Amino acid sequence: MSSATPSAGGAAVSLEHVSKRFGPPGGALVVNDLSLEIGAGEVCVLVGPSGCGKTTTMRMINRLVEPTAGRITIDGDDVAGLPAVELRRRIGYVIQQVGLFPHLTVAENVGVVPRLLRWPDAQIRSRVNELLALVGLEPGDFGARYPAALSGGERQRVGVARALAADPPVMLLDEPFGAVDPIRRERLQNEFLRLQAQVRKTVVFVTHDVDEAIKMGDRIAILAPGGVLAQVDTPDAILAAPASRFVEHFVGADRGLKRLSLARVRDLTLGAPLTARLRDAAPALRQRLAAGGVEYALLLDDQDRPLGWIGAAELTDDRLLGEADATPGSPLLQPETTLRDALSVMLGSAVQLGVVVDERDRVLGLISVDAISAVIQASPPGQLPGA
Amino acid sequence: MRPEEEFIRWDWLARNLDMLAFRLGEHMLITLVAVVVGFAIAFPVALLIYRRRRLIGPILGLAGALYVIPSLALFGLLIPITGISLLTAEIALVSYTLLILVRNTLIGLDGVSPEVLDAADGLGLSAHQRLWRVELPLAVPLIVTGLRLATVTTIGLVAVTALIGQGGLGFVILTLGIDRFFATAIYAGSLLSVLLAVVADLGFVWLQRRLTPWSRAQVA
Repeated sequence: MSSATPSAGGAAVSLEHVSKRFGPPGGALVVNDLSLEIGAGEVCVLVGPSGCGKTTTMRMINRLVEPTAGRITIDGDDVAGLPAVELRRRIGYVIQQVGLFPHLTVAENVGVVPRLLRWPDAQIRSRVNELLALVGLEPGDFGARYPAALSGGERQRVGVARALAADPPVMLLDEPFGAVDPIRRERLQNEFLRLQAQVRKTVVFVTHDVDEAIKMGDRIAILAPGGVLAQVDTPDAILAAPASRFVEHFVGADRGLKRLSLARVRDLTLGAPLTARLRDAAPALRQRLAAGGVEYALLLDDQDRPLGWIGAAELTDDRLLGEADATPGSPLLQPETTLRDALSVMLGSAVQLGVVVDERDRVLGLISVDAISAVIQASPPGQLPGA
Repeated sequence: MRPEEEFIRWDWLARNLDMLAFRLGEHMLITLVAVVVGFAIAFPVALLIYRRRRLIGPILGLAGALYVIPSLALFGLLIPITGISLLTAEIALVSYTLLILVRNTLIGLDGVSPEVLDAADGLGLSAHQRLWRVELPLAVPLIVTGLRLATVTTIGLVAVTALIGQGGLGFVILTLGIDRFFATAIYAGSLLSVLLAVVADLGFVWLQRRLTPWSRAQVA
């Protein structure tokens, strides 16, 4: 726990028949008989409309709220059996408004939990510097600043660093990026995913935003009003097969498109184009096209980069092929492009056939709109390639 | 005041510098004791109310009642018990600081934002650690403002205790000045007490800035 390097690893969190009622017995349940297993190192997103009990559920894990019924364990230990204060020092906690202590510097904020745990000063200092660097803030520049002198995004990063300070196996994040503008949110999300790939914490992430849930979650737990668990599964499985009308409605009518954002071009089997090279003879190409039963060939330059398409109808004389013979119009796609983005650029192009190229623009293959829609239709739930 | 006399008797001032300095020091000491004792009572009381909200009505009601009793009436009530003494003066002065100090401390504690408290709980601070490391430091600006108001108010009120034979600069104003129609003493005593109040006020402004460097941080 007190190692100075960020160690990887989380702890399994288990909720067993957990219920919560605020107020007197007989009142409405905010969380209703909820059971959920969250694996070590997994990002589990709790998502649902307001009033579905997602924040209450999260807050029961670190006992900011005590359950009315049921049991919550971390690595098998019942949290009710641990002193709340000690429990919370082993669980990272980040909220939407961040809640940095305004009277402490950034470095002091990040060092709060190590100080509570009575780490030696030198160790706290090196840990703070390491964490600030990890979240992309230069320790020498930011360490001595007060929170009032930070932007919203910087505060959020300090909040994440503070939550990671004592290397807790479990992190709770309540709408952590809800208060930043969409562009910065996107960046913070990507940074968090990169960070999570390094630290592999068990993360419980609360949001009301389905797109954020799909992006951030290894698994998503969708809660319905009344605190009932509507569905829990991987993002792809939920999008492919919503368990109920509520889930279907909640994830949105564009769930087919959302599913496409989970898979990438590299996950598809690419089509092989018939290719021609500069200075090939036109009659030879005409014969190859006829033999292959295709109408167009892709003309490549000397570095295997695509120049454009040549149709059989244009190959009427004996000339050698030049750059002017190629008609561009296909979008170039990278293997990392999501299918959603690929579909979007293909629909907007003159030729609705995407040319997939590597980092030096050399042709790897083709994908078509039909191939993408076939993938969605053919993939059983949870089987989308790459998802 | 006889017309042929100079309005300000500079020679009297020159001969009585030691006496004025002594009365000024006395004035400061009476003020200091009243504010320190007042804070020693008000601070724990404010913490008690902060924890037990139901006490807010009765306690602030009592402090408010003490605050509105006219000072002469309060002396009248106390003299049968504590006599014409410094103790009577201090009891009265302390009772006037309580409302300001309790209320400002409470406002300061209440002003700590809920998300900061939530973060403190979520990070694993105990109730005691949360109070001393988060809530009280953040309440400092309002606590210092309370001390500043109480001090300046008390500096004014100390003069009134000259009526029961105390009074610091009040003795100069009342006993040497008004009672003997001697303008020089009235002006000297008044001017010094005003100066004292202004210096105390500025001192607290400086203190607050020193104690809360974080409140001046701005987005770079």
